[in-house]
Amino acid sequence: MSITPHPRPRLKAPMGLLVDLNKPLDFKFEGMTYQGFEGDTIASALIGCDRWLMSRSFKYHRPRAPLTMAGQDANSLVQLGGEPNVLADRQILVSGMQVEGQNYNGTLDNDKDAILGLFSRFMPVGFYYRTFFRPLGIWDKWEKFLRRKAGLGKLDLNFKPEYYDKKYVFHDVLVVGSGPAGLAAALKAANAGAQVLLVEEQAILGGSLSYNRFDVEGLKADSLRAELVAKVEASENIEVLLNAVCNAWFTDNYLPVIQGKRMYKVRAKECIVASGAYEQHVVFRNNDLPGILMSSALSRLMKLYAVKPGRCAVVLTGNDDGYLTALTMSEQGVDVAAVIDMRAEGVAPEIDSAVKARGIHVKRGYTVYEALATRGNKHICGVDIREITAPGEVSASAEIIDCDLLCMSAGYMPAYQLLCQAGAQLRYDDAAAEFSLSNMPEHLHIAGSVNGIHTLAAVMSDGENAAISALNNLGLSEELSAEIKCMSQPNYPWPIFSHPKGKDFVDYDEDLQAKDIVNATRLGYRDVQLVKRFSTVGMGPSQGRHSALPTARLVASSTSRTVTETGVTTARPPFVPEKLAHLAGRIFDPYRRTAMHYRHLDLGAKMVPAGNWQRPAFYGADGDRDRSIQLESQHVRNKVGLIDVSTLGGIEVRGPDAAEFMNRIYTFAFLKQPVGKTRYAVLTNEHGVVIDDGVACRISDNHFYVTATTSGVDVVYRDMMKWNAQWRLDIDIANVTSAFSAVNLAGPNSRKVLESLDTDIDLSSEAFPYLAYREGTVAGIPARLLRVGFVGELGYEIHVPSRYGEALWDIVMKAGNAFDIKPFGVDTQRLLRLEKGHIIVSQDTDGMSHPGELSLTWAVNRKKPFFVGCRSVDILMAQPQTRKLVGFKLPKASGKPEEGHLVINGDKVCGNVTSCEYSPTVGAIIGMAYTGIDESEPGSRLAIRIDGGQMVNATVVELPFFDAKNQRQEL
Amino acid sequence: MKIMNCPLNGPRNISEFVHGGEVRNMPDPNTCSDHEWAQYVFYSDNLIKVVKEWWLHAPSGYWFIAERHTASDEVLKTYDPSELFKERLEFTANTAETPS
Repeated sequence: MSITPHPRPRLKAPMGLLVDLNKPLDFKFEGMTYQGFEGDTIASALIGCDRWLMSRSFKYHRPRAPLTMAGQDANSLVQLGGEPNVLADRQILVSGMQVEGQNYNGTLDNDKDAILGLFSRFMPVGFYYRTFFRPLGIWDKWEKFLRRKAGLGKLDLNFKPEYYDKKYVFHDVLVVGSGPAGLAAALKAANAGAQVLLVEEQAILGGSLSYNRFDVEGLKADSLRAELVAKVEASENIEVLLNAVCNAWFTDNYLPVIQGKRMYKVRAKECIVASGAYEQHVVFRNNDLPGILMSSALSRLMKLYAVKPGRCAVVLTGNDDGYLTALTMSEQGVDVAAVIDMRAEGVAPEIDSAVKARGIHVKRGYTVYEALATRGNKHICGVDIREITAPGEVSASAEIIDCDLLCMSAGYMPAYQLLCQAGAQLRYDDAAAEFSLSNMPEHLHIAGSVNGIHTLAAVMSDGENAAISALNNLGLSEELSAEIKCMSQPNYPWPIFSHPKGKDFVDYDEDLQAKDIVNATRLGYRDVQLVKRFSTVGMGPSQGRHSALPTARLVASSTSRTVTETGVTTARPPFVPEKLAHLAGRIFDPYRRTAMHYRHLDLGAKMVPAGNWQRPAFYGADGDRDRSIQLESQHVRNKVGLIDVSTLGGIEVRGPDAAEFMNRIYTFAFLKQPVGKTRYAVLTNEHGVVIDDGVACRISDNHFYVTATTSGVDVVYRDMMKWNAQWRLDIDIANVTSAFSAVNLAGPNSRKVLESLDTDIDLSSEAFPYLAYREGTVAGIPARLLRVGFVGELGYEIHVPSRYGEALWDIVMKAGNAFDIKPFGVDTQRLLRLEKGHIIVSQDTDGMSHPGELSLTWAVNRKKPFFVGCRSVDILMAQPQTRKLVGFKLPKASGKPEEGHLVINGDKVCGNVTSCEYSPTVGAIIGMAYTGIDESEPGSRLAIRIDGGQMVNATVVELPFFDAKNQRQEL
Repeated sequence: MKIMNCPLNGPRNISEFVHGGEVRNMPDPNTCSDHEWAQYVFYSDNLIKVVKEWWLHAPSGYWFIAERHTASDEVLKTYDPSELFKERLEFTANTAETPS
């Protein structure tokens, strides 16, 4: 049975900036129905119903309630339906929401694991590291149990995917934060003509103007906010993103801004960070009890959500802001039992008299030493206050004050994360207890309390100053910035009061107490980065927003250094947790199809990727590879076949120096290559390693068309461009790979097929011999024809403009019908070329293969003055050779080696298989492998270790395996 | 993400560029010693200073020179390679011994 808790009456306007009290909403928390109002967050609605306990802490399962009301702490993480770790103080309330607490055993109110807190003495920092590693394997047994005890939330594995997207935007100025500094900066920049994007994390503009009290009367903030927001709304140059977080800073102001399900990728010429500062807590015993929260959190509850947070409050402060919050509470009907000011000197006189006029009791030089709790630590019921006798030390005599609310204000830590990601250095002035940031990149600016400026007028001027710097960079203004001085020092230097019984939390997320940090330094972790890694301080969801400063102070004091020397831990992106869905996206990976692609699919091709391209491996069913390629290869050898070679790279070199360029790039000689002839072209890099090969056709004295491997052409083209940027030869180089489609028509009947087509090219072996190049038309299609012998048969490569590719395929296949033409795939082509001993660069070569190893010295001309890598080839060839690529043969019945299998000699690996296939033409398993130079002679035996560790003994044979005199291709 | 100014295309995201190594002077391959050649091919100074580097704007296939500080990663200027390589380069005849 569930009881509906009665909502407490809300405060009257001007309190409740965000909520509409005429629109109540019902929702469920832990199965019980609660009422909130439109505009409430889950947390403000629950506190409005006097429900504080929202989660249990990570380690000791202590009851926790909101600390900041701004999404900056982990105390308000709840489970919202299938989504864990939702910030209850940021998530806008929707009618009918089902909300649950997290991390408890039993119920949130009665967590059986809360007993862990009693054993905290036996679980010091590093307890898990130091306990569960011995004996070996014990962690595996404990892990499951411990993870369940420490888990946060439940994942819904049946979630429905949702659509998240990206938007790319460009602005002159991005302003992060719309507090007084951000608003002033945005307006100044926009008025000078800059296009401004203003990003605000909360639902309304104004930052601290929307909740903070700046003066005794409490009037300034509202009127100033109204004035500035109206100006922003009227400005055509300002675009506003609310409920949006700038989640990182990347080089040259590349800024991901997350809003809902969209990530804006913002490129800004200038970026102004006015991110504000985080109010800091005071470390004392039981400082984590529900009902203890930041002074700014109380202001937010009242001003934004009209929630009356309690009956009787105590204010613990180290600056004037606590007094102002006390004034607001008192005006809104909350009894303020006392303002406990840690400073002995007290507050500014006008504030002091205003507070006293409301009958509020002030204690100077005192602190809260311990908060007293109701049963089960569920809520604060009073405080033990004591006089401060020295930094961190208190008198023995105590005074008890009853209360149900305690707010803390020990000072402010700049929201420095984005700036530090940009390389800014954070410095701490130990005397003023104030941070400063320096060393910002040129186009990044800082303004407001993140810059250590606190009084309202100075903050506004600082915002304008940042805008002036940005405008100067943009060339939109030559105004000089004025110097800003802020005398306000709101940071109390030592708000840490350790208690012998502990539970004086430094880090709420990780349940770390003051002694945990001190103990870490005693174990030898003097560096703040090491303390973080050992103790996990600052590693929780709030990422050290409140723990970094007390940790730095504790480490500094226990190692007798200053905070400046100790430093704080590094901030890295992302600033707040982001969903993988925000990061996920389409990858723009090219997927290339040839002009004949759909013909291959129609013919039942098994497609495989080749570089970015899709190519037919063979034509047949998936499981029928071996039989298919054997049939296809026999068909090419005996009749005629057709293969799509459109993916082959094509490069045009034109100009008076074309031949000279070819001569320098490739190893062979090209100056005297006759027009109308092709020549094999091998490319070595400066190390003398073979990196590509192709066929160079000389179209005219000043024009070469050279092919390159499918996956190598882009690199070849780049290399050519880079070399000629240095050589300055008079040529033009163009990558025409996609401009041409090509087929290789190969087999004894290929000439007959081509002759049956209408062509103006004389195809007789006298007029168009082997290795010749001709241009003409084939069935009316303009074509380049190359007689090449890659597969070792009479054959013609026909290159045509890409738009004719499909037509060419159809025409040749149709003409081939009379000669029983069949298509063949790239796997078949690999078998055919293997039978001829032709290498495939990158399959049969590796990062060490020089021309000598590949028996390609015939294709290297050493009479010419230069080619790329010539000196390295000379040096390599002058050395004793160590390995060689050889052909080997195995009987048909033998186990078949695969590519990569090792060639073994005794106990040494002396090479590896690069290609291997059963050849029906040869009637044996044939392959190529690297071997030591000693085993490279024909007749040598090679021991190859194949799958399962079995050894097979292959015989080294002369290449090629078939048609040794190369008569078939020259028909 | 870093922005680099391409002399041909203006400021573009760094993801459009490919690094091509430091600009180095090739010793005369026909007259230098093996040691000098190995130094040229395999060794890089890798010093903290402003270096001249090759960069390619990949979508347009354009190589240019960038002067970059190796520690701060600041690109000080970019320009067309013709500013460094002003004239057509010639290679002298091969006088070194060639393997048979």
